[in-house]
Amino acid sequence: MATQASAEGAGAPAPAGAPGNRGAAALEAPPPAVVVFGLTKSYGDIEAVRGIDFEVAAGETFGFLGPNGAGKSTTIKILCTLARPTTGRASVAGHDVVSERDAVRRNIGLVFQDTTLDNYLTGAQNLRFHAELYAVPSAAVEPRMKQVLDMVGLWDRRDSLVSTYSGGMQRRLEIARGLLHAPHVLFLDEPTVGLDPQTRSSIWEYINDLKRREDITIFLTTHYMDEAEHCDRIAIIDHGKIVAIDTPEALKASVGKDRVQIQTADDAASIRELADLFGIEAAIHEGAVTFSVESGEQFVPQLFARLSVPIRSVSVSRPSLDDVFMSYTGTTIRDAEASGTDHMRQMAARFRGRR
Amino acid sequence: MATQTAQPGGIAARDEGLATQIRVAVPERSLRSDLRAVSIVWRREMIRFRRDRLRAVTSLIQPLLFLLVLGTGLSSLARGSMPPGVNFKTFIFPGVLAMSVLFTAVFSAASIVWDREFGFLREMLVAPVSRAAIVVGKCLGGATIATFQGIVMLALAGLAGVPYNPVLFLILIGELLLLSFTITAFGVMMAARITQFQAFMALTQMLVMPLFFLSGALYPLSGLPGWLSVLTRIDPLTYVVGPMRHAVFSHLNINPVFLAHLSPGITWAGWIVPIWLSLAIVAAMGLAMLGVAIAEFSKPE
Repeated sequence: MATQASAEGAGAPAPAGAPGNRGAAALEAPPPAVVVFGLTKSYGDIEAVRGIDFEVAAGETFGFLGPNGAGKSTTIKILCTLARPTTGRASVAGHDVVSERDAVRRNIGLVFQDTTLDNYLTGAQNLRFHAELYAVPSAAVEPRMKQVLDMVGLWDRRDSLVSTYSGGMQRRLEIARGLLHAPHVLFLDEPTVGLDPQTRSSIWEYINDLKRREDITIFLTTHYMDEAEHCDRIAIIDHGKIVAIDTPEALKASVGKDRVQIQTADDAASIRELADLFGIEAAIHEGAVTFSVESGEQFVPQLFARLSVPIRSVSVSRPSLDDVFMSYTGTTIRDAEASGTDHMRQMAARFRGRR
Repeated sequence: MATQTAQPGGIAARDEGLATQIRVAVPERSLRSDLRAVSIVWRREMIRFRRDRLRAVTSLIQPLLFLLVLGTGLSSLARGSMPPGVNFKTFIFPGVLAMSVLFTAVFSAASIVWDREFGFLREMLVAPVSRAAIVVGKCLGGATIATFQGIVMLALAGLAGVPYNPVLFLILIGELLLLSFTITAFGVMMAARITQFQAFMALTQMLVMPLFFLSGALYPLSGLPGWLSVLTRIDPLTYVVGPMRHAVFSHLNINPVFLAHLSPGITWAGWIVPIWLSLAIVAAMGLAMLGVAIAEFSKPE
């Protein structure tokens, strides 16, 4: 009797706790959304991914930054169960990507680089198809469709054929579709590739809005430096390896100091005071008193508080992610892409997008 | 803003933002979810077919040419071997029905190749449903469309002197459905391996024409030279055209001598293959090809 009781006692709380990723576990640190350990993937002789490890916390927006051919898409394919890892393990939303493929698929949303919409269906029909395929409970389909379509501003166009949508609208519809079944993790593989700058920034508005509204982890790949700035953390991947992983701020701080430029009533006096008060060496560049500090944002308030010379203007500039990429890989992302590892298709897509 | 405290015991609503959060939990995979997948894949084929009226019309042209132009043209030549009151068009009508289904079914299967080129196949393949559900949905969709095209041709039975007999029509529709399913399964099986649209169309056209010409759609199976006799027995289409012709001719008033010549039944070394076995062969082939298609699509990358 005792064994039976203890077995039940041990068994009972587990199912209650397991799906509680969002509810009960919110009290403590929730389990990571993505865990990758020693992952490699080879296609014949080509090692696309050469042993990577990382974790993505629940609710985080995590970016994979790297040139085309660096292994970003291969990694995302493995995480989405579309490719099997050669060695190593990965789990998404608590499920192993190899042994619990269906469980992973139920919990993820996907937006690929290339459109995967049916142009001959309307926007609503595309979503309906998705809802049925993911077995979204029938009663929830209509309200959820309205919600995600409202989120991306396409509710009014839901009954138009997708072939009449612009590139940006199609991408938004894909994001809405990826969210339809309320996934825990949304994968965005190059979500803005091939779009013009204005559309790109509007896509980012929708993604940022989504982060506020939905309880979701976002995993994205990009080779646009400015897009990586939207992420809570980024991993820089080059030649199938992660060369750096941290917040964009920390990565930038790791490569160099912020540059502060001030314009003052008396430049010579302010240079003297900077040396006396803070021990900072300043000089005049581009007509302004210029110096470097670890963290410009934190330094500027002290500057105003303690400098006796009136300050007319301040500018703080950070090392860019381009600098970060350069310092970790020894090349700029554009040079890395030009080196021939690209997929022609991606090049073509971007070429079209730029025109 | 003390709304945080008013947590109503995990009910599916949050007060964040204006919109209420609709909580959706995707259930575990089950037979029911697989059936929903089969159904939506089928429905998509129907929606696309409805939108594509041009395709519905153009795929009727070829069978109509065979029936009205070739059929009429050869009538005078064939008059001697036809019993009184039976036209050559009547003779080839079952073959023409099979033809209309054949091309439509192959074209329906081609939509998988099309879906792959345009990325939509990926949307289906990453879903948490079994690949079998998707393949079965595709096959049933293609079979429905092809059967529908066959029924449109069937409506023109009067032009070929085939009586509008409800029993006959039911038999023919059943046989068309079987043929449509098998041919779609064949096409889907090919589409698993052939990833380029042009290559798919070229290859299937290359296979479809011999299938049609060897099926006895345009000539009787009796009195053929040995080599052709063997080839007709290998052609799976023979095993549908034969029973369809049998059905048509058994609803006409024909002298048994003519009947034995025009619709002799399929023979294997003199043994007459019964109708049920004929149809069972076609069904078995369809299921086998469906199985291969499912296995092909279930392979991980």
